[in-house]
Amino acid sequence: MPASSLPGATAGSDAAILRPGRAPAGGWRTATVREVAHPTPRTAMIRLDVPARVDHLPGQHYVVRLTAPDGYTASRSYSVASPPSDPLIELLVERLDDGEVSGFLADVLAPGDTLEVRGPIGGWFVWDADRPAVAVGGGTGVVPLVAMLRHARDRGRPELFTMVAAAGRWADLPYAEELAAAGARIVLSREDRPERPAGRIGLDDLPDLTAGPTVFVCGSAAFAEAASSLAVRAGADEDSVRVERFGPSG
Amino acid sequence: MTGPTRGFFGRTRTERDPRLPPGQYDTGSGWPVLTAEVTPHLDPQKWTFTIDGLVENPTTWTWDEMHALPQSEYQGDIHCVTTWSKLATSFGGVSLDGLLATARPLPEASFVMATSTTKYTTNLPLADIQDGKAWVAWSHEGKALTREHGGPVRLLVPHLYFWKSAKWVTRLTLMDHDEPGFWERNGYHDRGDPWAEQRYQGD
Ligand SMILES: Cc1cc2nc3c(=O)[nH]c(=O)nc-3n(C[C@H](O)[C@H](O)[C@H](O)COP(=O)(O)OP(=O)(O)OC[C@H]3O[C@@H](n4cnc5c(N)ncnc54)[C@H](O)[C@@H]3O)c2cc1C
Repeated sequence: MPASSLPGATAGSDAAILRPGRAPAGGWRTATVREVAHPTPRTAMIRLDVPARVDHLPGQHYVVRLTAPDGYTASRSYSVASPPSDPLIELLVERLDDGEVSGFLADVLAPGDTLEVRGPIGGWFVWDADRPAVAVGGGTGVVPLVAMLRHARDRGRPELFTMVAAAGRWADLPYAEELAAAGARIVLSREDRPERPAGRIGLDDLPDLTAGPTVFVCGSAAFAEAASSLAVRAGADEDSVRVERFGPSG
Repeated sequence: MTGPTRGFFGRTRTERDPRLPPGQYDTGSGWPVLTAEVTPHLDPQKWTFTIDGLVENPTTWTWDEMHALPQSEYQGDIHCVTTWSKLATSFGGVSLDGLLATARPLPEASFVMATSTTKYTTNLPLADIQDGKAWVAWSHEGKALTREHGGPVRLLVPHLYFWKSAKWVTRLTLMDHDEPGFWERNGYHDRGDPWAEQRYQGD
């Protein structure tokens, strides 16, 4: 089933709040781990074979549930980096110091393991390559935006998708090569780039947003707060900004 | 329930805290921020709170009128569908019971839609906000509620997953039928009882 025919998932509609129907969430599945790579020392890219999977829309996430021998479980959410056309579900997990689930996924998980997952989840932070979008991601916040970027390419509509990707250093930015090759603006706060000196993301890093693209902002709570207010200063209508906030904060 | 995950033992733990619903972990002093929209700057002097729909006496309160009402406090736990819980927390504001007593729900009113200044919506059975179960809250641990946590004012329905506790709440509309709100249309459960793990549609 093509993703665009999912009920309730007509992404890109301005009046998303009014749209009828429901975004489908698949039930629990036992996925098989096909690939684990460590593109950087602190991240793991995990590729999963999810049986009877419900097609996702770029931007959605899965819940991963781990079970200990005594029955204790821990679940966390992870955005999907793969486009709907990919036969596997790709996650990119950053290992947090002392992180219960990310530590396991980054250090212990190996090909051939099975993993309980549930998804896809979320019908708001999604884009179906049907209208202009500007995406601003910080650190692992680029993950759902990578799914959008790849989907735009699959659909032959790369011109609809503009991306700004921020991190401390090049080596901290997931999918840095792929993003740069696709023309994303790379914003590094602690490293100079030929086209941009080191520095936090600012108004100059965003395109003019007054033409009304849907704006997707994703990252830590602090990054999402900063980038979404910048987007409004760059002319975005507040109603057109969709935000996904990852992880803990004080 | 499938078997254990190879190589996973979980964080060192003592007895599971009985205050934690199934599938939840204690986030300790942290309080994650999860919001799907731009955090609004809301001027308390321009904010109003309205109860309308199937009520005898639709009523709007200003910030000052709301603060002149008898104050009420919640002490206890809160639970987020993303699996964290925050234990032994406290919120101050007014109980919805007093506000509903003024608005006087009609006999056929059985559901509520809460709306925020951001147009965020969330639906609730009326029974879930009656009898001391829900508040309009503006302080947390004795301090003004911060913007990212819904300040200056939010709904507080602590016995349901926290997406029901609409941040920047501005209106409750009483209805005779249930209608999904923002997250409910986007795959989340219509009611959201943490003890029944009502996370997503179909749970
Ligand atoms: C919709 C959504 C999508 C997401 N997508 C991604 C993604 O694509 N990639 C990604 O990497 N993450 C993503 N996240 C974040 C992810 O869900 C987890 O929050 C993250 O992996 C941390 O989980 P953890 O179990 O490793 O850490 P936790 O154990 O939850 O700990 C989080 C932090 O708190 C500290 N901490 C927690 N408990 C204690 C304690 N008892 N003592 C001391 N310190 C403690 C840890 O040091 C750690 O830094 C997403 C989150 C959401 C909501």
